[in-house]
Amino acid sequence: MNDPMDRRAPLSPQLAIRVATIGGFALVLFAIILFRLWYLQVLSGPQYVQLANTNRVRDIPIQAPRGGIVDRSGKNLIVSSRQAVAVQIDQSELPAGAAARAALYGRLGRVLKMPASEIRTIMHSKNNLPYANVTIKSDAGKRVEVAIGENLSEYPSVKLTKVYLRAYPYGELGAQLLGSVGPISPSDLKEARFKGVPQNGVVGQSGIELQYDQFLRGKDGIQRVQVNSAGLPAGKPLKTTPPVPGHQLKLSIDLGLEQEGYKALAQGETLAQANGNAGDAGAFVALDPRNGQVLAMGSLPGFNPTVYTHPLTPAQFTRLQDAPNAPQLNRAIDGEYPTGSTFKLVTAMAGLEDGLTTPTTPFNDTGCIVVGKDKEKFCNSENEVLNALTMPTAIEESSDLYFFTLGEDANPKGPIIQQWARKFGFGRPTGIDLPGEYAGVVPDAAWLRRVDAEQFACLKKYGRVKGPQICGYIADPTHEWSTGDNMHFAIGQGDFLATPLQLAVAYSTLFENGRVPTPHLGLAIDDNDGRLIQKIDPPSTRTIKFNAADQQVVEQGLNLAAQGPQGTSYDVFGNFPRKIYGKTGTAQHAVGSDDQAWYVAYAPDPKRPIVIALTIEKGGFGDQSAAPAVRLMLSKWFGLPLKVVAGSSKTL
Amino acid sequence: MNTTPIQSGKVPTIASPRAIALPFDPLLTIAAIGLAICSLVTLNGATRNLIVGEPHFYTERQGIYFAVGLGLMVALARIDYSRLRELKYGFYAILIGTILLVLGLGHAARGSVRAISLPFFSFQASELGKVLLIVFLASVVVDRSRRLSQRETTARVMLLALGPAMLVIAQPDLGSGMVYVVVALAILFVAGTSWKHFAALITLGVVSIGLVLVAAPAAGVHVLKPYQVDRLTAFLNPTDNPAKQGYQQIQSKIAIGSGQKTGLGSNPSQLRGNFLPEYQTDFIFAAVGEQYGFVGAALVLSLYALMIWRTLRILTIAKNLFGALIAGGIVAMLMFQVFVNVGMTVGIMPITGVTLPLLSYGGSSVLTTFLALGLLQSIYVQARTSAALKGRVLRF
Repeated sequence: MNDPMDRRAPLSPQLAIRVATIGGFALVLFAIILFRLWYLQVLSGPQYVQLANTNRVRDIPIQAPRGGIVDRSGKNLIVSSRQAVAVQIDQSELPAGAAARAALYGRLGRVLKMPASEIRTIMHSKNNLPYANVTIKSDAGKRVEVAIGENLSEYPSVKLTKVYLRAYPYGELGAQLLGSVGPISPSDLKEARFKGVPQNGVVGQSGIELQYDQFLRGKDGIQRVQVNSAGLPAGKPLKTTPPVPGHQLKLSIDLGLEQEGYKALAQGETLAQANGNAGDAGAFVALDPRNGQVLAMGSLPGFNPTVYTHPLTPAQFTRLQDAPNAPQLNRAIDGEYPTGSTFKLVTAMAGLEDGLTTPTTPFNDTGCIVVGKDKEKFCNSENEVLNALTMPTAIEESSDLYFFTLGEDANPKGPIIQQWARKFGFGRPTGIDLPGEYAGVVPDAAWLRRVDAEQFACLKKYGRVKGPQICGYIADPTHEWSTGDNMHFAIGQGDFLATPLQLAVAYSTLFENGRVPTPHLGLAIDDNDGRLIQKIDPPSTRTIKFNAADQQVVEQGLNLAAQGPQGTSYDVFGNFPRKIYGKTGTAQHAVGSDDQAWYVAYAPDPKRPIVIALTIEKGGFGDQSAAPAVRLMLSKWFGLPLKVVAGSSKTL
Repeated sequence: MNTTPIQSGKVPTIASPRAIALPFDPLLTIAAIGLAICSLVTLNGATRNLIVGEPHFYTERQGIYFAVGLGLMVALARIDYSRLRELKYGFYAILIGTILLVLGLGHAARGSVRAISLPFFSFQASELGKVLLIVFLASVVVDRSRRLSQRETTARVMLLALGPAMLVIAQPDLGSGMVYVVVALAILFVAGTSWKHFAALITLGVVSIGLVLVAAPAAGVHVLKPYQVDRLTAFLNPTDNPAKQGYQQIQSKIAIGSGQKTGLGSNPSQLRGNFLPEYQTDFIFAAVGEQYGFVGAALVLSLYALMIWRTLRILTIAKNLFGALIAGGIVAMLMFQVFVNVGMTVGIMPITGVTLPLLSYGGSSVLTTFLALGLLQSIYVQARTSAALKGRVLRF
């Protein structure tokens, strides 16, 4: 090819430069592209692989069925789980723009038969977690499932999710103590006890459901699916971690006694109403005094816990909270009341143990006494004159003067009765396995000074006009603890406050020779086939010491009170075929308000002893409404005929 | 032997075309067929699930386009491109006519229409227009080759290109419109237009872009549709609005990046999941990157490099100015489309809706590219023939 003839005519230099310019330009561009590709694919490749994986993989949670709650027999499901379809909105996929959202809420509302405004309210609730689905309706039903499921593209961001809902076969039974479940709140999510709960996980919100949540809730499963750009599953699931169902909780509750307790309490209310009292609320608790197992617990008025299986609008929630007589309040542990004469057990033990009196010291009950420089008059109920008494008969006839006098005698020696009250468990939580238990109040001089100081500060802060409304407790902030205060306290009145459960624990302590039981509702954690996983048996944390002789005297008095011919509840328990130790109580509230009825009973039995405390707010005299209700419960417990035996005693 | 002493006893070779005289440029053809194969392989892997029940829908159609395109290329290679000069006004008329027809259809359909629906495929006038414009502008420049230094020549060529470019941008097909302008500049560049003219053109261009993007919208006149402006500016910061304009670019980068060195092969998840829209057309390079990794992407780029090198080579050997100008126009078209399209998929260029020659799925784009290649083949064949007639042999 060296022949000069073969050579091509040379390019014009100008064209050569320009072609070279184009070629050089192309080279530079190729180099840039190649470097960029190298950077993307080789240097940053692994990062992009990760991005790609999150792009195409979605984890769909599979809710774990929550464990059931059974009674002590293990056969009766008090709370169960059933599967339902929930309509949820995925917040991250909500259509942009107010108009599109309004249209979606409108369409959804027509199918769900709820106003679009309600859906908007739910979507804007403060309790919604930022990335979780918001449940619009938890139990949509087949019709809605089909209507939405077949036109999912018409409902962008709407998901149909299989969920488990709580079912309550016995309706209102034990609603307050069982509690409710619901989606975890943003603040709860940070708590250690809810560790491992996913963002839209369902957890216990109150009562037993909250207390034993870690056992009941199980562990949600995950279905990892490949999705396309529309977020719809494509292809087979990649990996499925099946949900672990929650464990079953066995309660110490005896279903039969629990049901009878509600009936008996209602019966007591009816009796109270027949006597002209309002009698519209109350509570009962039954304990096995040996080990603190709660055999029955209830509170009226009740409510249907199924309301909490649906998302509540703020208005619905407020309506529930503000319902008359606070049906959501578990009065057995959160009702703080003066307990009236049922407290005399403590005063009696204090008097005997600290030498204020002896079992045989005579006392002349004259109906009324006048005490102190203010000449305050203290009288028995209806000014009844009971004449000659000793300790057992004073308990039997529930002499107020006898115990007023003990309170009067104790006051110069300091807070003697108060110390015994605290020993018997008043003024402190019993330690029951329920959240939010109240401690009650055991008043003494130090307590009054503290409350007075707080009261004074509060009044000072808010002024004399608004202060009494805000500070609540209206008393004389300069008032000092007086003999009269101690006397009122001695008969379970005045500033003394206790819960029905505390009373049951105090009576258990007496009859169990000083061993203070730790009351508990949980009995065992079982797997779903009923096999035991963990026993719940909290030991007694305290034992108090007292003389057996003193104990016997007080026990004798309590038996006489129930079954002695002069007993305050003799007309109810006199003919009861078993030995009963029982005490009436009639707590007085503000002038013009109906009295509160109380009854506490202990029934000895080698196999199944029981202590029952029962109260009816505005129920009148204890013997007239509370004692008959306790008799019904005891009859049920011992398999005796259920007979309503109303009393007529008008003692406190 | 009756020879002159100067020839020193060497046997003079007869300067006839040797037996290997092919009717086309083998390297250019290899590059084209190689890219076509890459396109088919990529489409076959990526579009299997795009249309349910028709896993080979795109591959089969693209195959047919390639077959037709190759036929067109071979046919064009056999005619002398120089004769096309006579048809220049006809070409320009077709160019303007089809674009106006599309615009009219678009107006009737009250939306953006870029193609005329034919029974077999939808004909995108702006694509074919690229080749028509190249031939037309080359003819105009040849006619005025003696007056190249005059400003009037430059202005006239630019205006002749800007006219159809504006019409195409109005369709709206911004990418093709830009190709038209680039092609015109390249033809002037190869023809030898003075650098001063280019400097003036660039100044004008910068000022008018500023007017279109900043001044005119401020005055309430929207030359570009808002989505075009968004797409043009989104690449600067795609995460600003990942759900919209930045979305494609982010997804494209994820697809390419996750391909790593050798690609994900038969499991291109980003494509299967349909995370990247239009990956069979404008974003096919992302599909290559995800399925075949850096290796595959580099192979495709090498084939383009080969093609561009051959085009430049053909430019230099063309027998006349007309051929050189056509080759110049085509090299600009190829380079612009390759770099803008690939740059867009790797996130260093704005999204302009430019197809990747031969790789992107689509009849109009494929056929247009093959027409351009056919012209190049014709220039090559004519150059060889002419050289042979003059007793020269052209090396590759």
